[in-house]
Amino acid sequence: MLEIRALSKSFGGVKATDNVTLDFPDGSLTAVIGPNGAGKSTFFNLITGALKPDSGQILLNGVDLAGRSPPEIVRHGIGRAFQVASIFPSLTVQETMLTAVGADQRRAGVMHRRFPLAETRDRAEHAMELLGLASKRSRTAATLSHGDQKLLDIALALVLDPKVLLLDEPTAGMGTEERWRMIDKVRELWEKQKITVVFIEHDMDIVFKIAPEIVVLCYGRILATGKPDAVRRNEAVIEAYLGTEHHAEAAI
Amino acid sequence: MTELQAEQASKVLDNSVTQAKPRPNRDALIALAVFVVLALLPMLTSSKFLLDFVIRCAAYGLFATSLNLLVGYTGLTSFGHGMFFGLGAYGFGLMMQKTGVAVPVAFVATLAITFVVALVIGAICVRLKEIYFAFVTLAFQMLIHSTILSWVSLTGGDQGLRGGIPRPPFLGIDLSNHLHLYIVSCALLVIGLFLMHQIAQSPFGYTLRMIRDNATRASFIGIDVWRAKLTIFVLAALFASTGGIIMALFVSGAYPEFAYWTISGEGIFINMLGGVTTFLGPMVGTALFLILNDTVTRVTEYHGIVLGIVILFFAIGLRKGLMDFVIEWYVQRRERSGERAS
Repeated sequence: MLEIRALSKSFGGVKATDNVTLDFPDGSLTAVIGPNGAGKSTFFNLITGALKPDSGQILLNGVDLAGRSPPEIVRHGIGRAFQVASIFPSLTVQETMLTAVGADQRRAGVMHRRFPLAETRDRAEHAMELLGLASKRSRTAATLSHGDQKLLDIALALVLDPKVLLLDEPTAGMGTEERWRMIDKVRELWEKQKITVVFIEHDMDIVFKIAPEIVVLCYGRILATGKPDAVRRNEAVIEAYLGTEHHAEAAI
Repeated sequence: MTELQAEQASKVLDNSVTQAKPRPNRDALIALAVFVVLALLPMLTSSKFLLDFVIRCAAYGLFATSLNLLVGYTGLTSFGHGMFFGLGAYGFGLMMQKTGVAVPVAFVATLAITFVVALVIGAICVRLKEIYFAFVTLAFQMLIHSTILSWVSLTGGDQGLRGGIPRPPFLGIDLSNHLHLYIVSCALLVIGLFLMHQIAQSPFGYTLRMIRDNATRASFIGIDVWRAKLTIFVLAALFASTGGIIMALFVSGAYPEFAYWTISGEGIFINMLGGVTTFLGPMVGTALFLILNDTVTRVTEYHGIVLGIVILFFAIGLRKGLMDFVIEWYVQRRERSGERAS
């Protein structure tokens, strides 16, 4: 279980994350929404160690990870994919996966074996299969399509067997059809892997369709949390973010 | 050719990482074969010039290839790598002159000194980004160079280590014998290249490529970027130092130029000539550089101008090193013949 306790972070005078307390139970699927500048990415950056919080706790199964370095946090089981696919352009899909698994097995510093261990290969293979990248294994990452690069980014997080997977806008920059395919994939991964998934998403149709739990952030604070229906009817959320359109839809 | 294309191209030639079947001894066999060929060379030719050329290739080749581990594989452009070349030459020379220990002892002790110095300098430098890294390494190079110049009582100042480096025979090897020196240099070169190739193709080598491509992402898959950079910085320094030791043995002395920034510059130049996207690029660059240097200096005293034009030709004309060019050509040919076959 991932528990966020009174997490705060300011940049200058701006409170990007303001006293946020949240629980993400094991195996939950949660969408984080909010207008631009609501502090969604900052929230992810704090959890993964890219930023150090000013105060508060980040408890993963009782262990406080606040302020630790990204490699340490990853090793504790919080994986992450990025808004702009963050990959290794000159490595092939397979090399990327093998090296990532190697790092997870504490073999990143091994200097002698040229060929991967069977276990390393199996895990890499499994992740490639899961994300449908197996047929593109010998393509260099830079030559992949945008969608495949996003998948590779997710595969990189997933191949480390995380307990919690944070996805920063998995559908960013995609066309409508591609979006739905990606989000189906995310849902499928969540169901198959039985891990905790938290994702940031802008497309409200997607959020309300697939996320069992929703967190709404605004100016670094939690505006609302709960089931899609409750969030959709929440007055504060409608005013700050959704506008009347979704309210109207909800009414219908 | 961009780095990326080159990486793809070199993959056609070397896809051993992803191969399921282990081939652990292939590298060792190739290394052995190369050593045997080099060792037989004196039987075929009595040209001292050619053997000298190979010895210099060994010294500069180890230095340049180790620099490529930093520049090409890790994306750390060091402008001060030459300091470890100088450190190797001076450390070894001084040890032999002042203490009179056996050659292997001095060799190991020099590497130990290099290890400590590289660890301290690396710990300060590898945190820095790009241009700052380049310039702080350069600053350390100048620091070591001026120490050598000003500590006259120990280093002989701008005169260098004079009076020759004593080379007492050990285990039947007499390094004052030209042939013995040649064989030992070849052995050090081949072993050095073998070890560096192992590093480049190992999981650690791929970790370095990840850091070069995207260090932030690498840290998010649990890689300790600082530690990996420091490790390769120290390892590269050890190989550069070995190159310096060979140089000191070859000229039987050590001179401040060995630790001057121009050595680092030549290292970068060699890498540009040969190309940084293949493992053997710097070796090819070394041979080219030495041939160029030897022929041009014989013809004109303005050799700097000629070398400058050559580097412009490679940097602006080809936009890649010679080995990159060869590999690209090879891949294109293979693709074309593949098309014809299908």
